[in-house]
Amino acid sequence: MTDPLDEVFRSEAGRCTATLIRVFGDIDLAEDAVAEAFAIAAEGWPKTGIPPNPGGWITTTARNRAIDRLRRESTRSERHLASHRLHTESMEPDHKPELDRLDDFVDVVADDQLRLMFLCAHPALAVDAQVALILRLLGCLETSEIAKAFVVPEATMAQRIVRAKRKLHDNHASYRIPRAAELSDRLAAVLAAIYLIYTEGHTATSGRTLMRTDLSSEAIRLGRTLAELMPDESEAIGLLALMLLTESRRPARTAADGTMVRLADQDCTRWDRDLIGEGHELVRACLRRNQPGPFQIQAAIAAVYADAATAEATDWSQIVSLYDQLSVLRSNPVIALNRSVAVAELHGPAGGLAALAEIDPASLDNYQPYHAARADLLARAGHQQEAVAAYERAIELTTNPVERDFLVRQRAAL
Amino acid sequence: MPQYLISVWHDDTFEVDFTTPDAQRLAAQVGAFNEELMEAGAWVFAAGLHPAASATVVRSSGGDVSMTDGPYAETKEQMGGFWMIEAVDLDAALEWAAKGAAACEGPVEVRPAQG
Repeated sequence: MTDPLDEVFRSEAGRCTATLIRVFGDIDLAEDAVAEAFAIAAEGWPKTGIPPNPGGWITTTARNRAIDRLRRESTRSERHLASHRLHTESMEPDHKPELDRLDDFVDVVADDQLRLMFLCAHPALAVDAQVALILRLLGCLETSEIAKAFVVPEATMAQRIVRAKRKLHDNHASYRIPRAAELSDRLAAVLAAIYLIYTEGHTATSGRTLMRTDLSSEAIRLGRTLAELMPDESEAIGLLALMLLTESRRPARTAADGTMVRLADQDCTRWDRDLIGEGHELVRACLRRNQPGPFQIQAAIAAVYADAATAEATDWSQIVSLYDQLSVLRSNPVIALNRSVAVAELHGPAGGLAALAEIDPASLDNYQPYHAARADLLARAGHQQEAVAAYERAIELTTNPVERDFLVRQRAAL
Repeated sequence: MPQYLISVWHDDTFEVDFTTPDAQRLAAQVGAFNEELMEAGAWVFAAGLHPAASATVVRSSGGDVSMTDGPYAETKEQMGGFWMIEAVDLDAALEWAAKGAAACEGPVEVRPAQG
């Protein structure tokens, strides 16, 4: 696959798949058809050039392939073809207005991708499976990338996705919009998925660069849409604020030569003040509502970071107390790790190591940031030998070359 | 229309004494739920089962038939009864299951039938 086509794939495959699932109501059919359309594009586009609207081209081609396949397979029910006819007629210029009512029913959530998120976040699926499925179908992540985000082996993740799709299929799950009463219940899984897409974009699993900005901006786009559609959900607002505040530091995260710069060493003047302003406004709106949740607290932590003119000026005691609140709402080893790093800034590296020691090491043994943070604290506390060993484990685990360079330099500096 | 098995699960030692007020309340609730299923056209069939200790496992291999006493799965939790229902989709089946769980005051499992 050529690079420009790869870009189209990254930006359009999720949208196209979501639209095809709406039209045909069949996940596998939609996925196969979109894959076929990209295969046709890979063959034709190098000769003809990329069409002006590549996403539209892929959607139309995939739709036609899917119809061909439905016609070939006599076992497929008439229902699929009938639903397809409905949708294409309403899309044609001379469409019949009475059909719009059907679309009104379906289009409670305006965005196809968001609709699919809620559909995938079905309560009959385990939360992990819901999130994995959403990422696979909408984030267009490779299974290996989803596995990294979940800190599980790739084979485990592949099986989880297949099982989730199979369960929805075998159970005749409808690809309809959840009723208003169900929407907020399904929100938690949707929020987790959007945030995972964001974090994958923040530090890409593979590729030459540290970040995959297309994923980050896609997650922010979905977060914005979600916040618009569910303005009463404080956690949706909190998630958007968290992503915007994290994103504000993006320009400062890499030096001119593409190497990684730690938060403590970042040039605050390179932070995006517009994003910080928008993020702060959203955090304040959340605080006024006083319905605290994990994403809102993480956004508040990011807001405290953004407030500081320099790393030294950061209000670490406020950050630690916010992490304490967060641990009460949602206790997990990654949050405990981040808290330890803040404790180290407040009470010194020995305090940070003591906080780190409270985490079960087995729970984070395959998590690169754990070993990198531990190595840094060990080095600062004067335990050189142990620090080298921890950096080596972190280097072993990282799959991002820019991150690897950073870790190698840190180890060499000891 | 898709069919779903809604099974009722409880402790293996569960034994109903139909003379108790609790059992009579459950029976009335389940009876009302059955009627609701029939009125909605969702009913296929249903049964409450005798305790798992009444079960016999039968195996056939190359013409040889063997029988063993007791339920197939030696687990603490056993199926105590079930409904076979018809529903338009999973969400509709889950709605029926929620009513079934309330009627029998215990957990139920929803499983789609093939075909």
